[in-house]
Amino acid sequence: MSVLSRGVLAALIIVPALAGCGGAGDGQDDITIRVYAAASLTETFEKIADEFEAEHDGVDVTLNFAGSSDLVTSIQQGAEADVFASADLATMEKLTADGLASDPVNFATNTLEIAVPPDNPAGISSFADLAGADVKLVVCAPEVPCGAATAKVEEDAGVTLSPVSEEQSVTDVLGKVTSGEADAGLVYVTDVIAAGDDVEGIEFPESSAAVNTYPIVALRDSGQADLAQEFVDLVTSAAGQKVLGDAGFAPAP
Amino acid sequence: MTTSSHGRPRSFGLPAWVFVPAALGAAFVLLPLAAIVAQVDWANFFPLITSESARAALWLSLRTSATSTLLCVLLGVPMAVVLARTEFRGQGVVRSLVLLPLVLPPVVGGLALLYTFGRRGLLGETLSAWGIEIAFTTAAVVMAQTFVSMPFLVVSLEGALRTAGQRYETVAASLGAAPTTVFRRITLPLVLPGLLSGAVLAFARSLGEFGATITFAGSLQGTTQTLPSLIYQQRVTDPDAAVALALVLVVVAVLVIGLARNRRGVG
Repeated sequence: MSVLSRGVLAALIIVPALAGCGGAGDGQDDITIRVYAAASLTETFEKIADEFEAEHDGVDVTLNFAGSSDLVTSIQQGAEADVFASADLATMEKLTADGLASDPVNFATNTLEIAVPPDNPAGISSFADLAGADVKLVVCAPEVPCGAATAKVEEDAGVTLSPVSEEQSVTDVLGKVTSGEADAGLVYVTDVIAAGDDVEGIEFPESSAAVNTYPIVALRDSGQADLAQEFVDLVTSAAGQKVLGDAGFAPAP
Repeated sequence: MTTSSHGRPRSFGLPAWVFVPAALGAAFVLLPLAAIVAQVDWANFFPLITSESARAALWLSLRTSATSTLLCVLLGVPMAVVLARTEFRGQGVVRSLVLLPLVLPPVVGGLALLYTFGRRGLLGETLSAWGIEIAFTTAAVVMAQTFVSMPFLVVSLEGALRTAGQRYETVAASLGAAPTTVFRRITLPLVLPGLLSGAVLAFARSLGEFGATITFAGSLQGTTQTLPSLIYQQRVTDPDAAVALALVLVVVAVLVIGLARNRRGVG
């Protein structure tokens, strides 16, 4: 443990020093900011990062996409990150509670949608249909954000679902639907849009019971605090919001 | 350490430097295991490993691993015998293909099973015409485990068969024993240790199987959620439970391997 923390300490000392060197020279190619973002932000953040790099000559944006909880764990273990965008508020709170960041900004929301294979073999048209005895339904496990949202909608609608599988991530759910193994899955609106013709999305009013809010923050230990904040600003700017809106995200209230 | 009661030679001229990388290698394997033990929240260890989901997952893992080991033996022993005792054109290619799951990422194995036995897979329509649905059932877990574990049994048994040679089999056959008798009375007893260690390897691999299972079978408590699936699920939300369960998995694996080793020592 002490070896680890010493390593982290060394990294904290060396990285800003190196970055400082890069900044001092006339070429700025050495500056990199590391953006850790929830897996559901993959397409949108790639676009936003391209835009950021175009606006900032000599700055590289390195993106790391994974489950929000996994990302928080690695940041807590000392991973070098400048920006963190989470798929839900609870996960962000773990980071702020540790003092690793403060005052995150909400930048988007996402709601659940039913995804079915294009031919909709089980004839699903409403949330209540999912509880049908012969419906092979796949959902997220209650431990992950999309599963927590599913449980909340379920409770609010008074419908008891009996899924055939509880998956670890929304992409695993989507995979079971696109392959035709499952009759239906509960995923986010943005996932349905990203999947294109492989699945068909069915909106349902009960989804308003669980609106997922995405917060973003520049991390306290970032060696590039200014650039990190500029990236956050780009995400919340009109340009960033357009990219997110095109992908199906709704604006944060 | 260097002497042996059975008159095995003292370490004979092994270059001294060999011990350095050997010790490094051992530390590389043992240190992470020690780290897991160090991470365990001993005060809550028992409640963590006896929770309902933990018991369901352990029981499912043991049941499915035992079934898949049995399947590996039933199908793998004939495969090993055919590979070791016959010669046919393209045998090398067949061997490589059959052993492919050894090097295939398990997730790919799971996808392959899905495209074969899944609802829209190669055999899916035929199977569902017969009223057989495999996806999301415990049978899917067993199939995923068998797929990844079989090569372990085949490889170790084929090696044992080749080492044992065919002398006794030839003698028995020349004395008039029918092929089945030779196989049952000579071949099998001769390679029993190899078969046992192959079966243990297959069981251990089944117990740890995760990638193919999660892709092909999904994860639902009591039906398809094996111990590794549960550990994967708990690692973020309840790391203490994940670590405790990981230790259980390690202990079960060590017990199985140790048990088999003892048996073999006696026999």
